Amino acid sequence: MVNPISWRLATVNGIRDETSSVRSLTLGLPGWPGHRPGQHIDLRLTAEDGYSVERSYSIASEPERDGEIDITVERIPDGEVSPFLDEVVVVGDRLEVRGPIGGYFVWEAALGGPLFLVAGGSGIVPLMAMIRHRHRAGATVPTRLLFSSRYAEEIIYRAELDAFAAAGDGFEVIHTLTRSRPPGWTGYDRRIDDRMLAEVLEPLGVTARTYICGPTALVEVAANALVRLGLPPDRVRTERFGPTGT
Amino acid sequence: MTERFVTRGFVGRRTQEGPGATRDRIPPGQYQTRDFPVLSAGPTPRTPLDRWSFTIEGLVRQPVTWTWSELMALPNREWVVDISCVTKWTKLDMRWRGVSLDTLLENVELDQNAAFVIAYSDGGYTTNLPLGDVLNGQAFVAWEYDGKPLAPEHGGPARLVVPGRYFWKSAKWVRGLRIQDQDQSGFWESLGYHNRGDQWLEERYSGD
Repeated sequence: MVNPISWRLATVNGIRDETSSVRSLTLGLPGWPGHRPGQHIDLRLTAEDGYSVERSYSIASEPERDGEIDITVERIPDGEVSPFLDEVVVVGDRLEVRGPIGGYFVWEAALGGPLFLVAGGSGIVPLMAMIRHRHRAGATVPTRLLFSSRYAEEIIYRAELDAFAAAGDGFEVIHTLTRSRPPGWTGYDRRIDDRMLAEVLEPLGVTARTYICGPTALVEVAANALVRLGLPPDRVRTERFGPTGT
Repeated sequence: MTERFVTRGFVGRRTQEGPGATRDRIPPGQYQTRDFPVLSAGPTPRTPLDRWSFTIEGLVRQPVTWTWSELMALPNREWVVDISCVTKWTKLDMRWRGVSLDTLLENVELDQNAAFVIAYSDGGYTTNLPLGDVLNGQAFVAWEYDGKPLAPEHGGPARLVVPGRYFWKSAKWVRGLRIQDQDQSGFWESLGYHNRGDQWLEERYSGD
């Protein structure tokens, strides 16, 4: 019998806005056992009268951080939990969490590559843990991130991703915008499709370890297309969120 | 910790409230959704129906295999059940059409040591259940949802449905059942999820 994943109290050590509707919370967790990039935590909120809700959030930070993790939360306007995390929580608050959870949608530098990451919107979060870990571990496995956002202003972690790409250690980020094309934009400007996937995958080849996270429609399109392009299905790992991931 | 920590400033939207009959159908830690979210670990497999079959094998006197049309010809019925996913959503009154596992198992003679079922699927997915969790109307193989053929992303052409357990036990793209005397962890059960997965006992993860 494996030890129970028990609830513990995390302290909000920091809050950072990523975009106008996305923010990251740094959760202090003394004695955190560490996680594998791609894993998630469960969060439990309890009201004075005992009413309680739980949600799962991907861990955004690399496991090399000691005693704290980041989660990144997109505000869902009619959600129950994300508006609370967005508007009410302040530094110093304490939140019940347990984890780490999940052992399939994970990548560690020791697994090697090449590595192909496909993200839609806040689906970037578990992939960011992999990217940050890759950087911190000093890994140089060829890695390409295809990242679909609606508008340039909504690109989560944009500056940090650009900095990683500028490091010249084999990490590249390729953006696509689905709702806009700002002046001077040199990336793609349409939804992810077969041709885009073929072009972005090409330098990595069909043995790439592939992780796809985003809305169901994006994940379905990308995973099906990559299998048609010749990736073995067991090289393609997916994580999805539906319209209810609040 | 056994006592729950009250979260400063949290009131909640109380989506679980409303008619008592509905509230009582939402297991602990779950919220009600009206969507049908999709979760799976890899690409959606697609097997043409003319190459599709369903098999019961393992500790049975004689394994049995049905083609798609043979399975459709078995006695089947409509099932209206509540479904809870370990990712926290619960959807009430989901309407399926399918054949009871009782009906399927009538076609084999179980070995006296038969005690566990391993459901296996296209794409390599597996999940394990005690026989006692799938008999007596507790599980069925479904090929229609809400009056339409079950969509591939939801497990079509056919999926196992076990309403009394978290939804990962309801194997998508199911192709057969292997009967065993020993239990054997399936895909998620090997990756830290609970072996039984009873949503009313909140058996989410190993050790819960």
